[in-house]
Amino acid sequence: MASTSAPRRPRGRMRTSQRSGIYGRQGSAGWLFVAPVVTILGLFLLLPILMALFVSFTDWNGQGSPFTGSVPMVGADNYKRLFAEPGLARLDFMTSIRNNIFYVLVVVPTQTVLALFLALVVNQRLLRGKGFFRTAFFFPSVTSSVAISVVFLFIFTNSGAINALLSFFGIRGPRWFSDARGVVHVALQNLGIVDAPPAALTGRNLLGLSWWEWISGPSVAMCAIIALVVWTTSGTFMLLFLSALQNIPVELDEAGDLDGTTRWQRLRYITLPMLKPTMFLVLTLGLIGTWQVFDQVYVMSQGDPAKTTLTPAFLSYRTAFREFEYGSGAAISFILFAIIVVLTLLQRWVMRERDEPRSRSRIARAFRRAVPSGGAR
Amino acid sequence: MARLFTRLRVALLATAVLAASAACGDGFDDEPEQQSGPANLQILIASSGDAETNAVKEAAAAWASATGNTATVTPAQDMVQQLGQAFAGGTPPDVFYVDASRFADYASVGALEPYADRISGGVEDFYSSLRETFTYQGKLYCIPKDFSTLALQINTDLWAQAGLTEADYPSTWEELTSVAQRLKDADITPLVIGDTRDRIGAFMVAAGGWLVSEDGTTATADRPENLRALQYVQDLLRDGLAVYPSQVDAGWGGEAFGKGLVAMAVEGNWIKGALSNDFPDVKYTVIPMPSGPAGQGTLSFTQCWGIAAKSQYKEQAINFVEYMTTAEQQLKFTEAFGVMPSRQSARAGYLQQFPDDQAFIDSAEFAQGPVNAPKMDSVLADFDSQLQGLAEGDPKAILERLQDNLTTALQG
Repeated sequence: MASTSAPRRPRGRMRTSQRSGIYGRQGSAGWLFVAPVVTILGLFLLLPILMALFVSFTDWNGQGSPFTGSVPMVGADNYKRLFAEPGLARLDFMTSIRNNIFYVLVVVPTQTVLALFLALVVNQRLLRGKGFFRTAFFFPSVTSSVAISVVFLFIFTNSGAINALLSFFGIRGPRWFSDARGVVHVALQNLGIVDAPPAALTGRNLLGLSWWEWISGPSVAMCAIIALVVWTTSGTFMLLFLSALQNIPVELDEAGDLDGTTRWQRLRYITLPMLKPTMFLVLTLGLIGTWQVFDQVYVMSQGDPAKTTLTPAFLSYRTAFREFEYGSGAAISFILFAIIVVLTLLQRWVMRERDEPRSRSRIARAFRRAVPSGGAR
Repeated sequence: MARLFTRLRVALLATAVLAASAACGDGFDDEPEQQSGPANLQILIASSGDAETNAVKEAAAAWASATGNTATVTPAQDMVQQLGQAFAGGTPPDVFYVDASRFADYASVGALEPYADRISGGVEDFYSSLRETFTYQGKLYCIPKDFSTLALQINTDLWAQAGLTEADYPSTWEELTSVAQRLKDADITPLVIGDTRDRIGAFMVAAGGWLVSEDGTTATADRPENLRALQYVQDLLRDGLAVYPSQVDAGWGGEAFGKGLVAMAVEGNWIKGALSNDFPDVKYTVIPMPSGPAGQGTLSFTQCWGIAAKSQYKEQAINFVEYMTTAEQQLKFTEAFGVMPSRQSARAGYLQQFPDDQAFIDSAEFAQGPVNAPKMDSVLADFDSQLQGLAEGDPKAILERLQDNLTTALQG
C-alpha cells in the first residue's frame, strides 16, 4: 500500500527515514482505526469458531472448560464416525444430508423463479396498486419465522385450511406432519407403478442409507416446510430482483421493442443477462440459507416424522445440547460449513463471466450491435 | 516477503492475545468451596404449568423463611438445553429436576452430587422401583420427587353409546381387541396410543420384554416377547382399532381423548389435570393397563431432585430437598398438580385425596422405569421414529435395528 501510493520520494536526509515518515505511519494509523472492529470480530466471531473447531477434535461432554488437560483428545474420530463407521451417528448424519439435499434442490430454484416472477410482476409500469403488492409480497420476510411456522402448523393440520381446500376439489389431502413417505414414493404409488420399494434399491446401500432412501424424495412433511420457506424468502429475493430490474435502462427494452422482439425474447436476452450479478447473489444467499435451515425444523417438526425433516443444522444442535456430544455436534457443523463453501465456489465457477458470450442467437447479436455498451457488461 | 512475516507475526500475536483473554474466564474447573450459613439457592424446574410453578415457589419460600436462606425458583423453557448450557458454562443451578430418562447422562459425566446417603431418615420409604431408576453404577444419586404411571382411560359416554357396559372393561389384550372391534363397529375410533416407546413400551412390559436387561448393561430388544408386543400393537393399528394422536389431529393422546375423538387412551395421571383444565365435560374412568401374555405391565415416569456437583451450597441444598420430599409436602404438591408421591408412607393420604386414582397408584407394583443408561437419547429417538411407521413397518426389523444401536451405545 505504502509503496504504490508514494511515487515521489522525499529528498536529502529525509530519505533515510522514509519508512517512518508520514506514509509509514499510515500503516499503524490504519491498524488503530480498524482495531475496534478487528477486536470485536476476533473475539466474538473468529475465536469462537476456532474454539469450536478445537472442540470438534475432542470428546468434551459439556462439563467445565473444554480447554483443560482432562478433556480427551480424539483426533478426527468425530469426523470418522460420521462417514466411515456404520452406526447410528452416520445413519442420522446421512439422513440429514439426504433431507437437506432434497430441500435445497427444491427450495433454491423455486424461490428464485418465484422471486423473479414476483419482481417482474410488480415492476410492470402499467400495474395499479404496485405499492400494495410489493408490501404484500415482502411481508412474510419481515415476520418472525417462528410465528410463521406456528401459523403454518395450523394451516397444514389434517383438518386445516390446505386439506379443506384440497377436499373442495375432491382430493384427500395427506396427513402433512405425520407422513414420512417420500414424494417420489407417493407419486409412484399413486400411478400404480410400485407398491413396495423395489428390492434392488432397498438391498444395497451407500453410506448406510439404502438407494431407495436416497432417491425417495423429500417427505410429505418436508414439503410443508418447503412451502413455508419458499413463501417467506421469495419476498426478500423479490426485493433484490426488483432493485436490479429498476437499474436496467428502459432504453434497452425500447430498443428491443423496435427490433420487433417478443416479450419472451426481451426477457431472455435483455433482462436476464442484465440480472446476472443479482441472480448470483440470490442463488448464493439461497444456497447458504437453505443448508442452514434450523428454526422451521425446530418449531414445526423437530426432525419427525421418521427423521425425514432432520437437517444437519438441527442434528448438530441435538447432538451437542441434548446428547452432550459437543465434539460430534461441532464436527457436524464444520462439515456443514465445508459443504456450503464448496457449493458456493462451485456455483461461482458455473456462473463465472465468460469472455466469449455463448449466445448464438441472431437477435442477441443484432442487439449487441445496436446497444454496444449495455449488453456487454 | 518481510512484510508477509510481519503480518504473520501480527496475526499470531492477535490470536495469542485473544486466546489469553478467553483463558481468563477459565477459573471454573476446581471443586467449588462449600459455603456455610445462609445460602442463595438457585432452583431450576421443568414445570408442567403455572400450578406446579406456583406450588414449588410457595414451598421454596416457606423453606427459605423457616431456615433463613433464600431460594429462587425458575421454571425452564427447555430443561434439557438450559441444563446442558449451564453445565457447559460451569454455573449450574444448585437444585434442579432431573428426568429419569436423562438421569444417566448427567450422572455419567459427573454433573450430579450423589447425596442420597446423606438424607436424614434414610431412603427406604421411597418406592424401590423409583430408587432403582436413579441408581447409576450401584450408587443412588438423587431422591425421587414424585412419579406417574400409564393406565387406560375410558370415555364412559362413548362407551355407553357403543352399547358397552362396565363388565366390558378390558383386562386382557384379547378383551381389548374385542371391545375395540365393537367400538369400531359403532363408528367410534376405539383407542389412541402415543407413537413413542413411552406408550408402546407398556405393551412390551406386559408381554414380558423390555429394551435392556435389569442391570441396564445388556440390550434385550430382539427378544421374542418384544416382537409379540409390537405385532399386537401393529395389528391394532392396521385394523383401525388404534390410532396415533396425529392421525386424529391431536398433539397427544390426552387431547384426542378430551375432544371425544376416541373412546380409550393410554396416558398417565397427568391426563387428569389436562382434562379438568381443557375438557371439563368429559366423563371418564381409569383402569389399569390390560394384562398381556406375561401378566400386568406398565411404564412409570419420574423425576428426582438433582443437586449440582458444582454447587457451593450442598448442605443447604440437601436440606431443601429433604423439606420438599416429606410426605406432607408431597401431598401438598399432589393436590396442586396431580403427581403421585414418591414415598410409600404417603400412599394412604394420596388415596384419601384422590380415590379415583387407585388404578394409577396400584400400577406402581408392576411398572417399569425408563432405560437408565447414558447416551440412550439418540438410540431411543431412532426407535421412536421407527415406531411412527410401525403400521407399515416390519416389527422384527425395527427391533433388530434397535438391538444393534443399543448394543453399540451400551458399549461406548
